[in-house]
Amino acid sequence: MLAWFLLLCAPLMFGWIRASELTFELPDNAKQCFYEDITIGTKCTLEFQVVTGGHYDVDCRLEDPDGTVLYKEMKKQYDSFTFTASRNGTFKFCFSNEFSTFTHKTVYFDFQVGDDPPLFPNENRVTALTQMESACVSIHEALKSVIDYQTHFRLREAQGRSRAEDLNTRVAFWSIGEAFILLVVSISQVLLLRSFFSDKKTTTTRVGS
Amino acid sequence: MEMKAVVFCTGLMLLFAWLSPSQAIYFHIGETEKKCFIEEIPDETMVIGRYRTQLWDKQAGSFLPSTPGLGMHVEIRDPDAKIILSRQYGSDGRFTFTSHTPGEHQICLHSNSSKMALFAGGKLRVHLDIQVGEHTNNYPEIAAKDKLTELQLRVRQLLDQVEQIQKEQNYQRYREERFRMTSESTNQRVLWWSIAQTIILIITGIWQMRHLKSFFEAKKLV
Repeated sequence: MLAWFLLLCAPLMFGWIRASELTFELPDNAKQCFYEDITIGTKCTLEFQVVTGGHYDVDCRLEDPDGTVLYKEMKKQYDSFTFTASRNGTFKFCFSNEFSTFTHKTVYFDFQVGDDPPLFPNENRVTALTQMESACVSIHEALKSVIDYQTHFRLREAQGRSRAEDLNTRVAFWSIGEAFILLVVSISQVLLLRSFFSDKKTTTTRVGS
Repeated sequence: MEMKAVVFCTGLMLLFAWLSPSQAIYFHIGETEKKCFIEEIPDETMVIGRYRTQLWDKQAGSFLPSTPGLGMHVEIRDPDAKIILSRQYGSDGRFTFTSHTPGEHQICLHSNSSKMALFAGGKLRVHLDIQVGEHTNNYPEIAAKDKLTELQLRVRQLLDQVEQIQKEQNYQRYREERFRMTSESTNQRVLWWSIAQTIILIITGIWQMRHLKSFFEAKKLV
């Protein structure tokens, strides 16, 4: 009992291996960098997607502790990159919106370091998993991928919805604007035409008399 | 004796569960800078955020492990831009909230240092970890509390995941409804404004011709 509790405590004291999932706003001409300390040999995945803003693209760059660029893409809308940490240290990844002059973007990223923590610390046990347990494990993995797909679908839907709302306001604004311009142009045409004939009339009368 | 050790261990476990994430992502923030993160979540979802700050020490040339007197102000807004949490925390903090309306919640952090001199170097390192929904559950703790076997715990985890998926699907339906309303509104607007503009065009054309005709007749040019 005590040993079991000690085993439970141990992994928690040494820190977790986690996934960091964040959505943040990147103003125009801005660059945002994130850092993470990773141990050698850990398999990591960086996934990002632009949710709103402009042409829905962003520059992304991933560097290892030596400064070697592991991944660099310009104006990408969505990408997923997996790598294994070649050394211990601080890995850095940056998102840049420096190419954009006035649109700010919302970027979502998911940085997964290592595998998920096992549910029980004594995962490497002598006996194999029972059929029920291995069924549970496979269901868990399948549900994780369902949740992942849901997230991506939600982001794409947010993208579509932001475009639709943009279109809606633009249609309203420009319709009113166009109706106004139409009226102004037609009235000024008539006034201009009247002014031509008015001048001519005065010159003819002057000549006549 | 064993009971004491068990209590001690559980306490230690909970303490570490509470404290800063030791392997989370971090970023740098300026003194007056406000960093905001968006979480689009369905309703009745719990969100736990943990952060840890480190100040750049110019003399040592590195980040100090922790700084007393340095605080972070956390502000959380719901989709209607109403503030649901606005609190000052210390240099290490943990905040939690449960959403009551589905949508985009905004979590904003900015430093609220009591001593301006602390920030002369200009850099503050913030470790941040935000966990949403079923990720907020601490399974070893649940197993200990409810005395579940391994299989029961696994099934509990699956149940939590499925509940999360269900909530997200529900939220999806609500979002799709909003999207459909926006599209239908655009459709209506395009239709009515096209008709209105055509009518305005025809009326202005007729008015122009009639006005000019009467103008020229008055000027005895026609």
